[in-house]
Amino acid sequence: MTARAAEQRWLAWQTIDTGRLVLLSVTSTLVVVAVARTTVVPFYGTRFVAIAFGLYIAFGELLRLVLPGGREAAPIAMSAALSYAMVLRVAGQHWPQVSSRPVVVNRHVVNVVMNGPPLQVVLVAAAGMLLGSLPHIAAGRRAGLTGMSARLVAVACVAFIFHPLSSHLLAMPKVAFVVMAILAMLGWLIETVISAVIRADDLRARYSVTLADELRVQWRLGLAVGVAAIITVFGAEVMGIAELAVFAGPLLVIQFAFRRYAGIRATYLQTVRALAQVTEVGGYVESGHSRRVSRLALAIGRELGMPEPDLLNLEYAALMHDIGQLSLVEPIPGGATLLVSPAEARRIAEYGAEVIRQTGVLDAVAELVRWQWLPASGGLRTPPLGSKVIRAANAFDDLAGGSVDRDRTAAAVDRLRFAANTEYDPLVVAALAAVTDRLPITRL
Amino acid sequence: MGRLSLATWLYIAVVVSAAAAVLASIPAGPEPNGFWVVCAALALLFLVCDSTPIVLGPRQWAWSPSSAATLAAVVLLGNRGAVGAAIVGAVAVFSVRRVRLIERLFNGAMYALAGYAAGMTFHTQGGQPFIQGLGNVDHVLFAKHLTSYATFHASLKPFAAAAVVHVLVNHGLLWGMLLLDRHSRATARQAPGWGVPLLLASDLGFAALGLVIAALWPVLGPLAAAIVLVPLYVARWAMGQFAEQQRAHTATLRALCQAVETKDFYTRGHSERVSRGSGMIARQIGMRSDRAEAIRFAGMLHDVGKLGVPTKVLQKEGRLTEEEFAAIQLHPMRGLEIVREIGFLNEALTGIMHHHERMDGRGYPMGFAGHEIPEFARIIAVADAFDSMTSTRAYRKATRIPEAIAELRRGAGTQFDPKFVDAFIAALDQEGWGLQEPAQPRGHEILTSQDHDDPIAPLRVVETI
Repeated sequence: MTARAAEQRWLAWQTIDTGRLVLLSVTSTLVVVAVARTTVVPFYGTRFVAIAFGLYIAFGELLRLVLPGGREAAPIAMSAALSYAMVLRVAGQHWPQVSSRPVVVNRHVVNVVMNGPPLQVVLVAAAGMLLGSLPHIAAGRRAGLTGMSARLVAVACVAFIFHPLSSHLLAMPKVAFVVMAILAMLGWLIETVISAVIRADDLRARYSVTLADELRVQWRLGLAVGVAAIITVFGAEVMGIAELAVFAGPLLVIQFAFRRYAGIRATYLQTVRALAQVTEVGGYVESGHSRRVSRLALAIGRELGMPEPDLLNLEYAALMHDIGQLSLVEPIPGGATLLVSPAEARRIAEYGAEVIRQTGVLDAVAELVRWQWLPASGGLRTPPLGSKVIRAANAFDDLAGGSVDRDRTAAAVDRLRFAANTEYDPLVVAALAAVTDRLPITRL
Repeated sequence: MGRLSLATWLYIAVVVSAAAAVLASIPAGPEPNGFWVVCAALALLFLVCDSTPIVLGPRQWAWSPSSAATLAAVVLLGNRGAVGAAIVGAVAVFSVRRVRLIERLFNGAMYALAGYAAGMTFHTQGGQPFIQGLGNVDHVLFAKHLTSYATFHASLKPFAAAAVVHVLVNHGLLWGMLLLDRHSRATARQAPGWGVPLLLASDLGFAALGLVIAALWPVLGPLAAAIVLVPLYVARWAMGQFAEQQRAHTATLRALCQAVETKDFYTRGHSERVSRGSGMIARQIGMRSDRAEAIRFAGMLHDVGKLGVPTKVLQKEGRLTEEEFAAIQLHPMRGLEIVREIGFLNEALTGIMHHHERMDGRGYPMGFAGHEIPEFARIIAVADAFDSMTSTRAYRKATRIPEAIAELRRGAGTQFDPKFVDAFIAALDQEGWGLQEPAQPRGHEILTSQDHDDPIAPLRVVETI
């Protein structure tokens, strides 16, 4: 291993935060215990059921999808694992087994598989997830260990709570339905809270904000996952395992719908990012300016605890904040709006807002672009927070110009601090100082 | 549907009376206990599904899982299944979607016939009802479920047959309508790219959902119908969001292109029109719909790189120097530079980069000839030149359409691909181009005195020795 590779590996290790480390160790302990148990206690129920659910989970893991905001989710795998944790009986198992109860129905001897012990659920779920992640690894994508761990912990919790109840619920399908609904929700909550903690670490955002974001983005999919799990449980009781495949259709419809939704969101962002460069190609602003301002504005917004929808608007607005310069016949030197008169800056901002308003769908973004010329204590009106963030980020970039030189960025921050209260919002400047102090702008 | 032809009227009348005959043939005897409960619950399910379809594409392309309700009735009600399914299907008449009475009648009759046919198939194939002795469903007993497993297993094949019959009758009757009615045909042509096979497959998938509802019924009762809806509603929400974002995306692209065009007064609306023209050619040659969409984007973005050309050069009167001409020739590459990172454009990128190539190889930036030039670029070139000719410029008035067509014909083979020139002319014949009011500058706009797109007055470059 070269020194460079070693350093990179060390850096990669350094980026694993505490939350992730705790999660991974909890999961690996769970899996180790589960594996150890099977060497002592015989496998419960028919292997066919375990293998079928394991494959179902693996299939779901194969069909992971990326939700808006770069969240990885595996709705089908989660639903399959939840249903294995809560399955009561599986119809149509004709294999004699030690631990299942033989029942005579219509002169057929039918063995009924009951709910499996929690550690066995953990084992099957872990094996299924690992199997399903292999193709991703082979294709050079991320293994997604964190996401899998979150799902596994959630499923384990559900299994540990449900198992003691299961024998009481056998004769009461309606009660069982309610219990399952509550537990599915609990499992979803656990997974969501874990991902929110990890995300807060990753993005250096506030935990309460990421939790609210996470709940908002995930609740619909979580609902579908829970309901699909319950349908699978009751379906297995009547239909048996193999025949459950008829339910695959609707699940794939959901998968398809979410994939398209996430895809178009990503495309939209790509398009705006690309087209925001027209001002650079036209020689109106320095190359990379829009991209840098948007990155900085996002980091400041996060530092200030803005929720995700606002951050998205902020990102769009920051990318397009100079679009109004297209109305100029002669570009401003260096594109620095810091250098023009307030009246001119206002004209540019208003023209840019007008262009954005033409889309008919980005009114909130247009509003942010419109008020970016207004000083924080403008007197006229208080500009929206996003506008103040863009104003500060833009001024910082005009002064520091994408430099990674610490002295230069510190000087730029000092210059902004000097004008805090009048030109810039002091809170925004403080957030900007914190953000630029933490990492050079290129790594934000 | 607009005006209906006589044949369409007759067709609808036949379908509706057939359905009426089926419903009238129901013997008046008392139905078993619980029959009406199942019918009412499933009819409600049908109405909810039918009223809130999952919209997939433009116009009326939508998934409606309502067939699940009909097929659940088929399975649950056994030998009365055909009747129950017909009743459930006929509820389509009361759909809350805003459709005309005649369409309501046709839809109700169509679904009733499909349900009846499916029910008869299920019964004759030996399918057994999932609820025996309707009315006293006692599902506390453990053995009860196992009985329904045996029943379930025996019913799989008859159910598959019933589902296929349902899909065939449903789509068969719809096809008849499409063949007869011009407006429905126009709608059908705008099918999403993966088209009819996927639609049929998804219908079968939703039919399978009927089996799931029926299987859960002995355990959960009407709740079974309700919970199956939940995942579908989530899918519907996601599709709705998708459609909304897609509209927003297109609108944003358009607005940004317009912003780029404001630099030059006379080319306002040019990218929009080139986009439309390229789309017309794509439709005319029967291009797959996702590619046709990509080429509309390419048409919209084809000149975005012109922003990289200094205004001085665009405004210059008289001959251009070599350098100035080179700056203009660079604009396709500049455009590519801007949009390269937009992932979905793929093939459209080649269209943007090569839209100034000529069939004889004297174009730019690469000097490709003939079929070396990507198809997208050859299509955009035609629409681009045509719009340039038919728009007013500072140095000339707009050319009239017949003259512009003659000019395209003259350039076919040397500048343009004859195939796409013909396709464009045919599309113009059918759809027209729409009249533009000649733009009048108000005094403060930037006016360019030559147009690089214009084949009538090509750019003049200083001759060097």
